[in-house]
Amino acid sequence: MIQFNQVNKWYGEYHALVDIDETIAKGEVVVVCGPSGSGKSTLIRTINRLEAIESGTITFDGEDIHRPGIDLNRLRSRIGFVFQQFNLFPHLTVLQNCTLAPVEVGGARPAQAHDKAMALLERVGLAHKANAWPSELSGGQQQRVAIARALAMEPPLMLFDEPTSALDPEMVGEVLLVMQGLVRDGMTLVVVTHEMGFARDVAHRVLFMDQGRILERAEPHAFFNHPQHPRAQQFLADIRTPFARPA
Amino acid sequence: MIDLVRDYWVYFLIGQYPNGPLGGLALTVLLASLGLVLALPFGLLLGLARVSPWRWLRWPVTLVAFAVRGTPLLMVVFWAYFFLPSVTGVKTDQFSTMLIALVIFDGVYLGEIVRAGIQGVPRGQYEAARALGLGHGRAMRRVILPQALRSMLPSLVNQFVSTIKATSLGYIIGLTEASFIATQINSQVFVHPTMVYLLLSLMYFILCFGLSRVALMIERRQARRGLPRPARSPGSLTATAAANA
Repeated sequence: MIQFNQVNKWYGEYHALVDIDETIAKGEVVVVCGPSGSGKSTLIRTINRLEAIESGTITFDGEDIHRPGIDLNRLRSRIGFVFQQFNLFPHLTVLQNCTLAPVEVGGARPAQAHDKAMALLERVGLAHKANAWPSELSGGQQQRVAIARALAMEPPLMLFDEPTSALDPEMVGEVLLVMQGLVRDGMTLVVVTHEMGFARDVAHRVLFMDQGRILERAEPHAFFNHPQHPRAQQFLADIRTPFARPA
Repeated sequence: MIDLVRDYWVYFLIGQYPNGPLGGLALTVLLASLGLVLALPFGLLLGLARVSPWRWLRWPVTLVAFAVRGTPLLMVVFWAYFFLPSVTGVKTDQFSTMLIALVIFDGVYLGEIVRAGIQGVPRGQYEAARALGLGHGRAMRRVILPQALRSMLPSLVNQFVSTIKATSLGYIIGLTEASFIATQINSQVFVHPTMVYLLLSLMYFILCFGLSRVALMIERRQARRGLPRPARSPGSLTATAAANA
């Protein structure tokens, strides 16, 4: 479904992505992890072209998405994206947040978009908040609305950029639960996250990144029990026992 | 003072109209209103151009913005009065000349307010709109501008108030707006300059204060409608500080 081929990205002098080669299959759930600044967010932001790349190709359903002249809006409407900071539109109600893209981009009739949005809000357990403003919701609720909003275009692929990192600990579960539901429905997910529990229980594959490279790719069981790369071993040791290493 | 008001109030309100051109307070209000109505869409376009992703659009507009910002309004009035006719070959009357100068000057300033307002909306809002498949124009219209305009309101009112006051510069090119008429009254009466100019000032104050109150009402109504209040951006803080100064 997604294919990276020798992808490189620089921020000025800084080499953010280095020779990325990777294939993500349809229906796969991939967790990307690694220390901060390792390039994992940059990686998934290149998939819907929120970030440009300097060399290499990324194909989505066989289409080179960084080719100039591609219908970017059509591409993006087929890729759901969930941000760390939710980014709900504060001047629109919860329902309007979910109907904006289907009406403006998908050309849906308002009534049709409304029904669809209500069904999605039902699914994330927030139908009763349809007419609330985003500012009236908790962080976890906002993120669930953001997921519903992204689903409204019925994308075959969903990208999550640290979806639970900005949440209070007690709200992490409700968001992960919604994501788990998507996995059960067979959707393709690429998730940048520090939630190792989610990675272990839900992911099909884990990619470990550091300094712009994918250093390890493995099934969750193998990754967590027998990490191969020294950086991955160190990373896992650090998150398991944060106080073990001398400062 | 009673005599002064009784003898001259019609002249002050409408000038020589209907026996001559419209003037006085009516002309000031007309000029200011037209100036605002025309400058706002102009400023919106300039502001959008300033933040557009297209360099060919951004650069020339930025250049114009810097040129006009670095020039007193009086110079813009002179340009419109002397320079424009010699280039276009069309001699405009004083009213049109002043209107053109006001629209250009205010347009640029409003453009800067619009730009600051747009840039005050968190980057993630634009990214989220684009990630949903909205194009640049749709993202601006449906997501960014509705939020930006709300935070811009105090600065916009500031600019509108200064437009009202700026109409008095029409005096310099012989436009018979309120200040011009007041000066004429003063030279006819001759003995009450303090009173004449005090009344003139009072009139400007009432206009500007009234506009500020209307703006405040709009802000309050928005708050009552339960719309989320935007975080105060640094831009609106400085505008408020300037208004208080």
